[in-house]
Amino acid sequence: MAQREFRIQRGSGDDAHLETYTTDVGEGMVVLDAVHQIQAESAPDLACRWNCKAGKCGSCSAEVNGMPKLMCMTRLEDLPEDQPVTIEPIRAFPLMRDLVTDVSWNFRVKEKIKPFAPRKPDNEDGSWNMQQDDVERVQEFRKCIECFLCQDVCHVLRDHHLHDEFYGPRFYVYSAALEMHPLDTENRLEQLKDDGNIGYCNITKCCTKVCPEHITITDNAIIPLKERIVDEYYDPITKLFKMFKPKK
Amino acid sequence: MTRTPIQLPQQRQFGETSRLGAWWLQPLLVFLGLGAFIVYSTWAAFQGAYYASGPYLSPMYSPLIWEGAGQATSGHNWLGHWPDWLPAAVVGLPITPAFLILWAPGGFRFTCYYYRGAYYKAFWADPISCAVGEPRKSYWGERKFPLILQNIHRYFFYVAALFIVILTYDALVAMWFPPEGMTYAQAHEAHALEFGFGIGTLVLIVNPVLLGLYTFGCHSFRHIIGGHKDCVTKAPAGKKAYECVSCLNKRHMLYAWMSLFWVGFTDFYVRMCAMGYWTDLRIF
Ligand code: SF4
Ligand code: SF4
Ligand code: FES
Ligand code: FES
Repeated sequence: MAQREFRIQRGSGDDAHLETYTTDVGEGMVVLDAVHQIQAESAPDLACRWNCKAGKCGSCSAEVNGMPKLMCMTRLEDLPEDQPVTIEPIRAFPLMRDLVTDVSWNFRVKEKIKPFAPRKPDNEDGSWNMQQDDVERVQEFRKCIECFLCQDVCHVLRDHHLHDEFYGPRFYVYSAALEMHPLDTENRLEQLKDDGNIGYCNITKCCTKVCPEHITITDNAIIPLKERIVDEYYDPITKLFKMFKPKK
Repeated sequence: MTRTPIQLPQQRQFGETSRLGAWWLQPLLVFLGLGAFIVYSTWAAFQGAYYASGPYLSPMYSPLIWEGAGQATSGHNWLGHWPDWLPAAVVGLPITPAFLILWAPGGFRFTCYYYRGAYYKAFWADPISCAVGEPRKSYWGERKFPLILQNIHRYFFYVAALFIVILTYDALVAMWFPPEGMTYAQAHEAHALEFGFGIGTLVLIVNPVLLGLYTFGCHSFRHIIGGHKDCVTKAPAGKKAYECVSCLNKRHMLYAWMSLFWVGFTDFYVRMCAMGYWTDLRIF
C-alpha cells in the first residue's frame, strides 16, 4: 500500500490552519475514505460532515486541491500523486470547525422564493395533463442535491460576500425549475431581478463547472432567466408586443 | 432588507488559490486569442483598401455600402463611391467602409453571453479563474450601468442574422468571375461574369456557414424561438426548432472561436490576394 500526504484544515476562526497527516491509500479510495482513515488513526476529533458516501446527499462538500468537490466522489488516483492532497472547508459560508461550515444561509434564501403555484387541475379528479416533452427541461434542475458547491465557487458570494443581495446559482436553478414548470402560474422575475439580483451573475460559468450533478446551471437556468427578465424589463419591443397580445 | 451578519473566511488576494496546475492558462489563451483578433481587425478596418479581390469581398467590409474614400470601384459597393458629405478622416484617423458596419458584428460578439463570461475573466479578472482570488473588492456585475446595457444583446442578434444573409450572398457572388482581360468591376457592369470556383470561393462559403452555426446558437435566439415558453411544445416555431437551436447552443463556445478565426482569415485571404502576395487558385 502506498502512503500519501494530506493537508487538512483544522480549527476555527483565527486559529484555522493546515495540518499534515500521512495515511495508507489503496486503489479506488476517495478523499472521504482517507479523511475517515485519518480520523480513525490520528485525528479522532477531526470534524467533517458526510452521510451517503454516494454523491447523493450533498453533505461532504469541501475544497480538494482548491476546487469545490464532493469528498465522496473524488478519487485519490485522479489527484496529482507527487503532491500532498489539500482539503479545506468551502469558503463561501462561515466556518464552524475543521471541514464543517454553516450552510444555513441557503435555507433562508430558499424560504424567500415564491413557492410553486400550479394552475387549477385539468381534470375532475384533481390531476393535470402535461406532455413529457414540456417537463423535460425542468427535470435537469431537479437533479440538484443541494451540495452548495456552486454557491461556494461563485465569486459573487465567495469573493464579494454579497449574501444579503444575491441568491446564488443554486437558487437560480431552483427558481428556473419553478418558473419554467408547465403548470406553474407564479411570476418570480421581479423577485429574481430586484431581491435575488441575478444581474450580479456575470456568466463566468464556474458554478456549471463544479456541479457534481452536471446541471448546466449557467446556460440552461441562469441565462434563460436573464432573457425572461429582458423580456419583462429591458426590451421595449417585446413589451409592446405583449401589451397587444390577448391575455389568456 | 433583513441583514443576517455572517462571519466569512478572509477574502483572498489576487491570484491566491489552493488550486494546483496551470489555472491561468485558459484565461491567458482567451486573452491572447481575443487580443490578437481585436488588434488585427482594428488594423484591417483602418486600411480602407485591399478589401476586395475579383469576386471576393472581405467580410470585414461587407456590406460595402460605399467604396472606400479614394478607391477605384471594386464592383461590390451598394451605393457607389464614398459620398462627399461623409468625412474620410476624423482627427487624422481614416474612416473606412469597415467602420460603417463593424459595430454590428462587434456589438454582437461583445454582448454575447459566451464572450462576456470569457472576457470578464481574461480581461477583467472577475474572477480570473474559478476559485482564484480577485484583484478588486467592489463589484457591480451586470446589474448596473454600464454592464446592464449587455441586455440589448437580442437586438444585435437581429442585425447579426441579417449579416448572415449578406455574407451568404457574398459567397454566391464569389462564384462569378470576370472573363480574361476584364476587371471584376467591368465584367460586373457589363453582366459578363462567368461561373467558377476558386479557393477563395471555398473560404467565402465556409465563412457564413461557421458564422451561422455561431449566430443561430445564440442564447437570445434560443429564448426567442421557444425558450420563453414554459411549454416548448407550444413554441411559435415548434419544438424541433427549439431543439435545433439548443443543439447549436451547446457548442456555442466552439463555434464562437471557429467563426472568429475564420472571419479574420477570410479578410486576410482576400487582402493577400488583393495585394498580389497570394494567387487565388481556380478549381474550375
Ligand atoms: S456563472 Fe454566475 S452564478 Fe455561476 S459562478 Fe459565475 S457569477 Fe456565479
Ligand atoms: S446545482 Fe449542482 S452544485 Fe449547485 S447545489 Fe445543486 S447539485 Fe450542488
Ligand atoms: S457523503 Fe453524500 S454526497 Fe458525499
Ligand atoms: S449568446 Fe453568444 S451570440 Fe448570443
